[in-house]
Amino acid sequence: MAEQAALVSRLRRYYAHFAGGFIGFVVMLAILEQMGVPNKVLGYIFLGLTVLLYAGIGILTRTSDLTEYYVAGRRVPALFNGMATAADWMSAASFIGLAGMLYLSGYDGLAFVMGWTGGYVLVALLLAPYLRRFGQYTIPDFLGARYGGNLPRAIGAFAAILCSFTYVIAQIYGVGLIVSRFTGLDFGVGVFLGLGGILLCSFLGGMRAVTWTQVAQYIIIIVAYLIPVVWLSVTHTGNPLPQIAYGYALQQVTAREQALNDPTTPEGAREAEVRTIHRQMQQAADARLQALEEGGAIYLASERERLTKRLAELESASLPDSATLAETRRELAEFPASVVLARSQWHAVADAARTKAAPIAAHAEPFAGPDEATSNNKRNNFLALMLCLMVGTAALPHLLMRFYTTPSVQESRQSAFWSLLFISLLYLTAPALAVLAKFDVYTLLVGSSFSELPNWVSAWAAVDKSLMSITDLNHDGTVQLAEISIGGDLIMLATPEIAGLPYVVTALVAAGGLAAALSTADGLMLTIANTLSHDVYFKMVDPQASARRRLIISKGLLLLVALCAAWVTSLKPGHILLLVGAAFSLAGSAFFPALVAGIFWQRANRTGAVLGMLSGLLVCLYYMVATYPLFGVSAPLWWGIEPVSAGIFGIPAGVAGLVAGSLLGASPSPEQQGLVARLRRPPPTD
Amino acid sequence: MRRLTGGLLGVWFVATFVVSAFARELQSVTVLGFPLPFYMGAQGALLVYVLLVGFYAWRMQRIDHAVAEEGGDG
Repeated sequence: MAEQAALVSRLRRYYAHFAGGFIGFVVMLAILEQMGVPNKVLGYIFLGLTVLLYAGIGILTRTSDLTEYYVAGRRVPALFNGMATAADWMSAASFIGLAGMLYLSGYDGLAFVMGWTGGYVLVALLLAPYLRRFGQYTIPDFLGARYGGNLPRAIGAFAAILCSFTYVIAQIYGVGLIVSRFTGLDFGVGVFLGLGGILLCSFLGGMRAVTWTQVAQYIIIIVAYLIPVVWLSVTHTGNPLPQIAYGYALQQVTAREQALNDPTTPEGAREAEVRTIHRQMQQAADARLQALEEGGAIYLASERERLTKRLAELESASLPDSATLAETRRELAEFPASVVLARSQWHAVADAARTKAAPIAAHAEPFAGPDEATSNNKRNNFLALMLCLMVGTAALPHLLMRFYTTPSVQESRQSAFWSLLFISLLYLTAPALAVLAKFDVYTLLVGSSFSELPNWVSAWAAVDKSLMSITDLNHDGTVQLAEISIGGDLIMLATPEIAGLPYVVTALVAAGGLAAALSTADGLMLTIANTLSHDVYFKMVDPQASARRRLIISKGLLLLVALCAAWVTSLKPGHILLLVGAAFSLAGSAFFPALVAGIFWQRANRTGAVLGMLSGLLVCLYYMVATYPLFGVSAPLWWGIEPVSAGIFGIPAGVAGLVAGSLLGASPSPEQQGLVARLRRPPPTD
Repeated sequence: MRRLTGGLLGVWFVATFVVSAFARELQSVTVLGFPLPFYMGAQGALLVYVLLVGFYAWRMQRIDHAVAEEGGDG
């Protein structure tokens, strides 16, 4: 006990020094910026030094002890495990994407905020303390011990690898994006550099190194998120607490929405004018799609020819109009090569124009839709998504594994509390940031003159058209809301500039996003490698393997998994949020019923667990493959539920399989029933 | 203990799913300048979760100690 207390106070001292040092480092870079060091160099220094820091912690905490490697020696104090869990938890999607999604979808985006925090209630009440009481190394370990035999363990291992791998791809994708955007390196190079950082850390020290790196990463994540938002809040509302200040901003935003939607006001009339232009663009796109359906490849070829001829005419004109010329060149360069590509490309154009032609949806209005049925469907999807995210939270192995590392059952409960508190700091801030950014756009940008756009607008529009594009459609020289297109990721990335902060804060945000992606990727890759080495190799292939051999296998697998993940990521398999959603639905469907019944229902047996995990997993996989447009099956949706919430069908299927199998099969053995009783008994207090 | 877990899960369910399901009907209620459903989604529910988990950790610790002092085994 005294030893543990000494450890806690030593750790507090270390990390307080670290946080102070980090802030000093930011200040030093700010001074360098004032002295004229170029932005790109600042970006390099920031990203490079933070990755070196993580690698340094990895080298300092290297270990060759099994318990240290798998569960950090089970002596991570609750507070620090809370920080590590929070960093493990908050991914690139939370850090960079969440505020933007809330900006774009208003109330309906809050499903992510509640879903990603509410799951902790399930973790804390139903799983964490019991898993700590069980006290082994992995989640399939629990399934193996509770249900007996290798089959539940093998299915558990397969599901753990499947959902962790899906999730890790999304993280590495985020690493590649951040590195390439802030250093100008190629996406692929960014991916491999980031991976180098992850590997140096987890390769040498396993869970022990990952834990202490994640604590440092949490500090960087939260500092990087809060500084720009607090500053934005001070400049816009005079209140340094954005979470409180944005109520006022939301009222202003709502008032602006009403004014801009009302065609009798001068501003509203101009908005209506731009919307009419969008409607015409949408009709043109629809007509083109119609012609494509009728004319097929012949129509496509004739369109291409028409465009080529027009370009030739423009080029030969005596006084070429450079803007139109560039536009036509771009159009020809992006011209779809096949009917299938043309269909998807022109559909996207038509959909974008359709959205822009509609009146502004109110930010705080739940489930906005033109009619009752659309609105009800939105509500159903909101509830389904929330349930999937929450149950998925309570089933993702990389998160649950962190609760094996605390010194006692009590501390595992406290650590669930700390981690929820720490992640809530970010999740309470994201909705505030979305509203503050909207306030800025609606009041300062809309109505301003095209000749005097704010710096951040022109800077981002020059870098990436998909993040920020703004065109004077009705040629009146003033900005209308319907003339602005904003990509979700822009909100967090541009916040420092919107708030008028120096570039060094933008670099800080990039470092924060990188920390969020790396910390989650670290935890996930370790989960995959440990599952393979511990559950598959040690428990099923060679139970006599020595500790040394197990460690070597584990580290070798880690390398292999990392290379494999980087390779898959370099193929750019799609949307980050889509991958994240799939991971949650898969985890929830496969694990949640078997884990909870394993703790709370003595009658649950091996047949039930196997049947439950398989049916949950299969139903979830089936629905995703059948309905994600990516897979090309495009079967009709069940009750209008989006594929991202496939778990809403997988979870009940898992429960049904578990109950049916358990009632049909034989009672669990006395040892297994004893395990349930032991888990539920209070632990010996110390 | 079972009642404690069940009760806390009940609060969790109401704060999350009941409020969201009836969000349109609750839209006219205002809390701290926000419409109630928006406030719950962006802030209220999160604070409820933190309190639930915190209360559970505190309460269970007391129960564990009480059981240990009685010398019983649960």
